[in-house]
Amino acid sequence: MRYLPLLWAQLFRKKTRTVLTVLSVLVAFLLFGLLEAVQVAFDSGADSADAKRLLTTARYSIIEPLPMAYATRIERVPGVVGVAYADWFGAKYQNESNAFAVFAVDPARYLDMYREFEIAPAQREAFVKTRTGAVAGKRLVDRYGWKVGQKLPIASEIHAKSDGSLNWEFDLVGVFDAEDPAVRANTEVVLINVAHFDEARQLGKGKTGWYIIRIADVDQAKAVSADIDRTFMNSPDETKTAPEKEFALGFARQIGDMGALVTRILIAVFFTILILTGNTIAQSIRERVPELAILKTLGFSDAAVTALVLGETALLFVIGAGLGMLAAVSMLPVLNGATGGRFPPLFVETGTWLWAAAVALGLTVAVGLPPALRVHRLRIVDALAGHR
Amino acid sequence: MPWLNQVVQITLINLKNIPQRLGTSLVVVVGIAGVVGVLVSVLAMGEGFRHTLASTGRPTRVIMLRAGSDAEMSSGVARDQATVLGNLPGIARDGGGRPLVSAELFVMVDLPRHGQTDPNNVPFRGVQPAAFAIRDEVRIVEGRRYARGVREVIVGRKAAQQFAGLAVGSRIAFRDSDWTVVGTFESGGDVHESEIWADAEVAMSAFRRSGFQSVTAALADPSQAGLAGLKDSIGRDRRLSINVLREPEYYAKQASILSKLIGVLGYSVATFMAIGATFGALNCMYSAIASRQTEIATLRAIGFGGAPVVVSVMIEALVLALVGGAVGGALAYVYCDGASLSTLNFNTFSQVAFDFRVTRGLLVQGLVWALLIGAAGGLLPAIRAARLPVTVALRTA
Repeated sequence: MRYLPLLWAQLFRKKTRTVLTVLSVLVAFLLFGLLEAVQVAFDSGADSADAKRLLTTARYSIIEPLPMAYATRIERVPGVVGVAYADWFGAKYQNESNAFAVFAVDPARYLDMYREFEIAPAQREAFVKTRTGAVAGKRLVDRYGWKVGQKLPIASEIHAKSDGSLNWEFDLVGVFDAEDPAVRANTEVVLINVAHFDEARQLGKGKTGWYIIRIADVDQAKAVSADIDRTFMNSPDETKTAPEKEFALGFARQIGDMGALVTRILIAVFFTILILTGNTIAQSIRERVPELAILKTLGFSDAAVTALVLGETALLFVIGAGLGMLAAVSMLPVLNGATGGRFPPLFVETGTWLWAAAVALGLTVAVGLPPALRVHRLRIVDALAGHR
Repeated sequence: MPWLNQVVQITLINLKNIPQRLGTSLVVVVGIAGVVGVLVSVLAMGEGFRHTLASTGRPTRVIMLRAGSDAEMSSGVARDQATVLGNLPGIARDGGGRPLVSAELFVMVDLPRHGQTDPNNVPFRGVQPAAFAIRDEVRIVEGRRYARGVREVIVGRKAAQQFAGLAVGSRIAFRDSDWTVVGTFESGGDVHESEIWADAEVAMSAFRRSGFQSVTAALADPSQAGLAGLKDSIGRDRRLSINVLREPEYYAKQASILSKLIGVLGYSVATFMAIGATFGALNCMYSAIASRQTEIATLRAIGFGGAPVVVSVMIEALVLALVGGAVGGALAYVYCDGASLSTLNFNTFSQVAFDFRVTRGLLVQGLVWALLIGAAGGLLPAIRAARLPVTVALRTA
């Protein structure tokens, strides 16, 4: 710490140059913070997955329905402690397709399954009891300015009522929310009571989209999944069961090359920054060779002078990276506001900070080490004489 | 033209001694190449995706969906409705008097990518015999068409490239049954090349469907009046609640979410990188003029004006930027152009495969960005170079 003022003085020997270098490092890390937040949002389905939850879908395609009667049969599979189901409503709200997701669920089963969804007990009770009831995530309620107690007119692109109409109406009886930002993305949904939905729809009565299963023991996930699928083997509706996390990851992988693309962009960014700063730092050290030689003359050891040079580089990256990440953190709420909640909430998680620190360290070594080593080998006589 | 002569002279001196300042000059080139490379490749992805959907369908054809549905996936057309639609007078007929109409089943099947095990939503289309007469761009490139009434499929060229087990001769297991791949087709690089096609009747029994998702037909009169006539006759029929769209209009809509997302990603990343690269260029040009301080001051002392100095520094920055832009564009072209990828189209919830397209427009756009960065990075240093009093410059150098 004693040398910090010295480092500082060295760094700001040429103010413009240092400020510009810090700014380009800052921009790189700002971009890093933002893109990683997007990546995290893509994976948040997997992060918020509960290891004790399994998902069962139709074997050959996620879009095929399964009989609702499977619920009681799945409950009898050893190791299963809870079963819920949901069906895709295909919502169209204010003439916009898929403005948000709507699931037709058995209220008690579903809310028991997703305990991370927080809802007032009285509202939960109302949802269970109201056949035409619906509850919505807080982010949606805020976005559209809904009030508990109002009618919710939502059209379906898939399910017609028995009179052929696609326009449905539900009673909003409650609002739910979640504490964890990774889970909050999953609250962008309206849940409707399947009781009324199944009775009023024209086609597909008695069918549902997928099952969510809670198991007692995480280690049993594979065995229980296999048991469930065996139960329905050779029936008209065969199933495919997998842990929730695997399902979420599989879905993220459908987007496929996009994640790889983000990584490649980041590599291009850091490679560019590496070249930019590496050159500047090498140049700045070259200019100061006589000064460094004087430090050695004054009794600084080779190692100390080398450490000073490395420390200077490290300081540059720490300041740039820190400010860049802080800029990312302060920009995200603005971005989240600007997307109107249409995109899952973006946030910088602890892991991203650690990654940023590791990258800053790596860049320090890559950029600072070559000139530092040159300084280490520097002979006082040559340096003062102007030979390099 | 002494002024112009001065500019030319100084610029030539500057450009000639770039090799002596190769390190710093390369920084500008590499920095700008990075920005342009990323910008062009991300936008090339968006361009390729849009192109694939935009080249799907012809304005002479219509797709008919249930009113209220924006995508085939969520649409439903009952069998009797499809029959009524096929016999409407607005629809073209072939030489034998049969209507050019194909009622189609559209579902998704799970298939892994090559070398992976995760399922992907691959679109599966059951088509009626007239489909091939309507979509005359569809050509079998390997094998043959499926036989009617048999569990055989033909697969799009792009689907076969991306997903495992779709080679001609292989068997794939879907619901209840095994299907044999008997052919591969291409259709001018459009979205159908990401699909698997089979006979609609066979597919309906295998997938246990009683209705179709959509009806595609050729218009008897492709003009606006012809379309209006067809819409009228559908509107008058109380059995039908059907929305009619020209194919290009329908497919352009299917591109909306993903192209917007790619555009936002490309431009915002490139903007940030451009800011970073501008700082780098500023740094480089400042140090370039610092190392030439004596030289510039000497030129000024022997009578060269300030403006030629500014212009020459700017030209140097722009030349370096142009080289960077060209390198970035070339890298994007070499690495990305024509590369295939497949992703989930959020509008249809199914996989669509497409190629990166590095177009001339994108390359020009990249060069414009490069020049802007060069100009921003060159201006301040240029002004400083011209402003520094000759005496001070000569003394402090």
